[in-house]
Amino acid sequence: MPRWPRPPRLPEGMPVAEVTAVTHGQGSSQHAAQHVAHQFVDADQQHEAGTLGMWIFLVTEIMFFGGLFAAYAIYRGLYLPAFEFGSRLLDIRLGTTNTAVLIASSLTMALAVHSAQTGKRKALIAFLLLTMVFGATFLGIKAHEYVHKWDDFLVPGLRFAPTEALPAGVTLPNLQLFFCFYFFMTALHALHMIIGLGIMTVLVIQARRGRFSADYYAPIEISGLYWHFVDIVWIFLFPLLYLIGGRY
Amino acid sequence: MSTAVAEVPVATPVNYLNAKYGIRSWLLTTDHKRIALLYLVSITFMFFIGGAAATLMRMHLITPGGALVQPETYNKLFSIHGIVMVFFFMIPSIPAVLGNFLVPMMVGAKDLAFPRINLLSWYIYVVGALFTLYAILAGGVDTGWTFYTPYSSTYANSHVIAAALGVFVSGFSSILTGLNFIVTIHKMRAPGLTWFRMPLFLWAIYATSIIMVLGTPVVAITIVLVALERLLHVGIFDPKLGGDPLLFQHLFWFYSHPAVYIMVLPGMGVVSELIACFSRKRIFGYSFVAFSSLAIAVISFLVWGHHMFVTGQSIYAGLIFSLLSFLVAIPSAIKVFNWTATLYKGSISYQAPMLYALGFIGLFTMGGLTGLFLASLATDVHLNGTYFIVAHFHYIMVGGTVMAYMGGLHFWWPKITGRMYSDAWARFAALLIFVGFNLTFFPQFMLGYLGMPRRYATYPAEFQVLNVMSSAGASILGIGYLIPLVYFIYSMRYGPIAGPNPWRATGLEWQTPSPPPTENFEETPVVTEEAYAYAQMAPPAAVAGGNAGG
Amino acid sequence: MSQHIVPVKTYVAVFLALLCLTALTAGVAFINLGAMNTVVALVIAVTKMLLVILIFMHVKYSSRLTKIVIVAAFFWLGLLLTFTLTDVFTRHWTPSPSDWGPSISAPAPREK
Repeated sequence: MPRWPRPPRLPEGMPVAEVTAVTHGQGSSQHAAQHVAHQFVDADQQHEAGTLGMWIFLVTEIMFFGGLFAAYAIYRGLYLPAFEFGSRLLDIRLGTTNTAVLIASSLTMALAVHSAQTGKRKALIAFLLLTMVFGATFLGIKAHEYVHKWDDFLVPGLRFAPTEALPAGVTLPNLQLFFCFYFFMTALHALHMIIGLGIMTVLVIQARRGRFSADYYAPIEISGLYWHFVDIVWIFLFPLLYLIGGRY
Repeated sequence: MSTAVAEVPVATPVNYLNAKYGIRSWLLTTDHKRIALLYLVSITFMFFIGGAAATLMRMHLITPGGALVQPETYNKLFSIHGIVMVFFFMIPSIPAVLGNFLVPMMVGAKDLAFPRINLLSWYIYVVGALFTLYAILAGGVDTGWTFYTPYSSTYANSHVIAAALGVFVSGFSSILTGLNFIVTIHKMRAPGLTWFRMPLFLWAIYATSIIMVLGTPVVAITIVLVALERLLHVGIFDPKLGGDPLLFQHLFWFYSHPAVYIMVLPGMGVVSELIACFSRKRIFGYSFVAFSSLAIAVISFLVWGHHMFVTGQSIYAGLIFSLLSFLVAIPSAIKVFNWTATLYKGSISYQAPMLYALGFIGLFTMGGLTGLFLASLATDVHLNGTYFIVAHFHYIMVGGTVMAYMGGLHFWWPKITGRMYSDAWARFAALLIFVGFNLTFFPQFMLGYLGMPRRYATYPAEFQVLNVMSSAGASILGIGYLIPLVYFIYSMRYGPIAGPNPWRATGLEWQTPSPPPTENFEETPVVTEEAYAYAQMAPPAAVAGGNAGG
Repeated sequence: MSQHIVPVKTYVAVFLALLCLTALTAGVAFINLGAMNTVVALVIAVTKMLLVILIFMHVKYSSRLTKIVIVAAFFWLGLLLTFTLTDVFTRHWTPSPSDWGPSISAPAPREK
């Protein structure tokens, strides 16, 4: 029975008999059919539901990080000199490198999805693993930065006693506020990356078992959406934390 | 699909309740109907915890000097009452119990889009509740459910982090539930079920889910910031360290105002179903009611500053928020007018669900109108922080949502359990609740107007009479809530078997047996009629209530 | 399953564009444009985000519903930012009620 109100996407000029066959799910492959959960009518519905579900989850993530961005915007507006000074204390080379690394991981993730769509199992696994390597590299560099900040006595609440002379208009509490945001936002971002690495581990294991094909790759695509979102958060964190500190 | 009334006992048909037995089949279920019942049990438990706190408060307030508990304990009581009732009862109630049970059936599907996420959502709720119960047992939290800073982040000595974690965790339960509903309604409607043929309950749940998904993450991150500030002694919200306490309030109320619409919108959806069925009429102005749900969802995000009129917020921001707060009343009023128009020339009967629905309309209207006093900047200066506010939101939350929840439980109980309860006892309990409720909260409007502050353990002696009335009402209200517990449980074993459609209502859920089979429908239904096609229904056979058949 | 497949060339082109934009935004950080530094940085960030969303996340080829969902998310975030910033930065516009007596005083000006 066709799904209504929007009928399934069918090629132009398909004969009526074939229409019925397709809408009864006989047009989709055996492979796709065995992965359709019982509550769904067909694989298409499942794919669309999964994708919409991930997008809505990303909406919640936008609002989750968004609260932090809003707070950051307000305090930056109130304590500009302190935020600019704090920004200058961050390592711009490591930040830029990390940005490039994460963008590369987004490319490999997109290529992983492409491999799945074109049924190339080995390429899929390779690109997933590459994405994980880039992700781990990012986290390694981040950890290195965190250790640096600890050594420089710039960790709010736990070890905050910067040795640098504070410029005019910068107070210690305001500088600590900047570093609160630096740590909270990048740590929350890093946590999301770690979760992403976990998801990709599961995908690699499943891909090696031959779970995915050109007809069934929704989990790859959906995980890709999550990973690209994590990349986008960093695309904003990088300039807001590292770049607008008056480094001239 | 009518079940014949048999003289000879026949084997009970397989339904979702008896399909599998054992505790594992319940704790590992992915059936939305069983998950709804898991929620029913948990939120009822939390309701009585929150109710116990309220009982102690009202008992304490019988005397002006407050002889029952210490002031510090009183602070913990109103905090626990608020936290438990808001986050662990009101927000999940209708969506997680009635929504989970009904949404797949109303769209004609076998389950929600993501059944395992649905189960995860319940477990997350339980973890959140356990954190909160720990906070209570370990000594309580005294910041109020609003966790205002810098008290909560810097100065409070109570179990703020545990309680805040409980709220944080429960937020994710809410988010996942809303996500599930949105995807299900968009992608899994049965053939022929266009948006404008959906029951209005689905529109209400959809609007509620939008709020859940957009608002909850903001309060979640805010609570994390409070917890981090407590742990690390930094100054995000502490003015001594350059922080802005009002920033907390902005972030908190950005969610918590729309949250009150998470609480009331599903109730409005239930009321639409009840009014239509018990007037035997389609809802007047269906599309107005549908769009008003969406309008409420959107406008609810534009008004949060009305909780902050007297906090030192910019006067200009206050002006904007005040104007928008007046606007948000309009879609609610549209619903009330349309329900009233539905009643006009309807064929009205007064079974318990209808009593609750009518109670909702009256009490919600009163609560809503008193909101206008509070939306107005000048009068809010006088009324803020008084019992007027307490009465205002209890009229909407209790007189509104809880009544709608009770009405919905009474309406769909035969579908959920396959049994009917005693309508006489149900009507008696409904009337008791109505009387008890008004006796509890109407005096509080007067107390607030006369200037009695809220969240105070003591009060001037001249307010005692009104306080005693309120406490007396609370005891009646409490008894009213306990009675359904008794007859509902009794009905599960001894109640008469309800057929598929004892109320002769429209809607896909009534086309299934009671209780429904696990997969809901043997074949995907096809919808060809508008919702609420009561006018097209054949008149009933001459049967007195009970098994009138589908 | 009829999903649009984006060619590899497009992905690589977007990747290179993203790298260039990253280099650009890092470079501009060392040039004094005053208040425009922030604006330029955000414009570049938004451009990068759009590239990722439209191409890597396939939104260019997605349904209208997906696009509405994304726009709604940013709109709502905008609401949070706008209203909160409006409050914080117009608080001091109200003149101090000096004739109300000593018990009520204007809030201290924010430290800059």
